[in-house]
Amino acid sequence: MVDARTSQAKARPTSPHLQIYRPMLTMMMSIVHRVTGGALYFGTLLLVWWLIAAAAGPNAYAGVQWFMETVVGRLILFGYTWALIHHMLGGIRHLIWDTGYGLGPVEREWLTVATIVGSIFWTVVLWLVGYLVMGGIR
Amino acid sequence: MVELTLPKNSKVTEGKTWKRPSGARNVKAFRIYRWDPEDTANPRMDTYFVDLDDCAPMVLDALIWIKNKIDPTLTFRRSCREGVCGSCAMNIDGTNTLACTKGMDEIKDTVKVYPLPHMAVVKDLVPDLTTFYAQYASIQPWLKTTTPTPEKEWKQSHEDRKKLDDHYECILCACCTTSCPSYWWNGDRYLGPAALLQANRWINDSRDEATGERLDNLEDPFRLYRCHTIMNCSKACPKNLNPAKSIAEIKKKMVERQV
Repeated sequence: MVDARTSQAKARPTSPHLQIYRPMLTMMMSIVHRVTGGALYFGTLLLVWWLIAAAAGPNAYAGVQWFMETVVGRLILFGYTWALIHHMLGGIRHLIWDTGYGLGPVEREWLTVATIVGSIFWTVVLWLVGYLVMGGIR
Repeated sequence: MVELTLPKNSKVTEGKTWKRPSGARNVKAFRIYRWDPEDTANPRMDTYFVDLDDCAPMVLDALIWIKNKIDPTLTFRRSCREGVCGSCAMNIDGTNTLACTKGMDEIKDTVKVYPLPHMAVVKDLVPDLTTFYAQYASIQPWLKTTTPTPEKEWKQSHEDRKKLDDHYECILCACCTTSCPSYWWNGDRYLGPAALLQANRWINDSRDEATGERLDNLEDPFRLYRCHTIMNCSKACPKNLNPAKSIAEIKKKMVERQV
């Protein structure tokens, strides 16, 4: 009897989950927070590459500079900037939630939207300021 | 662990399309998850057509209509039909809710009905809630005291009673817990939103004298801290409670007692 029950319990299917759940904004943003967090590891490698090249000498440094100035290099850097800012704003959002505030039905959506809009806004501002400091797009 | 796909025996296949009610002018299509333990086949999605002119307005009314008029083998839990018992919790139109309080008019086009997500299915729309109840029992949902029982009753001020609001209304329907991706991946060790909301209800109770012990019991990387404020729980709750907020409050109390 017991055996029959356990073997039947084993055969039970798992009901669908991620495949059927309606994407919720806060849920999607939680996923993006994870993804940007993962991306930052690779971004840090870029930084390490740049620092090592700077320490290794002018030739190595020139190589990194050349790559970063290509369209691909700039896109990667732009993505890294966005991931960094998005993850930082997401972290601030989680800090606010951890204090017990901003968890209401209106506030939680507002904070989530603010993270997306804020991350895009600050990335663009940072790059504009960067280019302004450099004296225009080169 | 994160699972992006379903195990082999759980993949959903296309099922049977049942006959449209003859002469019906106002028809709504339903796609319903079916699985029979006495059958070796995988779960399937059956299609039914409900005559809205012959049926009351809620999704549960339609399920009962299908069971009565088309397919008596369709299996689901239901009892009070007014959002008090929590029996008819299921995934409707992509979110967890009670079939009895979800109006069909809230859903455009076809109504998709699945059992509560990432649960072992007993049959059709009936999930196995054994672990869910065991997790509720693990937070010891009863008054724990050391002082002698008073002659009449344990008294409570109006303010202290207010601290139980937004907690005591929970009907343990499991909508929140089974909406939580963190619970999907770690449901064997993470207690989930419903059990934690209930834990906070007893931690908040001014008459309870085991607050420290209750917090000790939750001080665990999985039991409590698998909550990553994803918030599906609070959005799913059919009683408009806020489990995410309750969990945040417990986390806050953990910090407060250390400083």
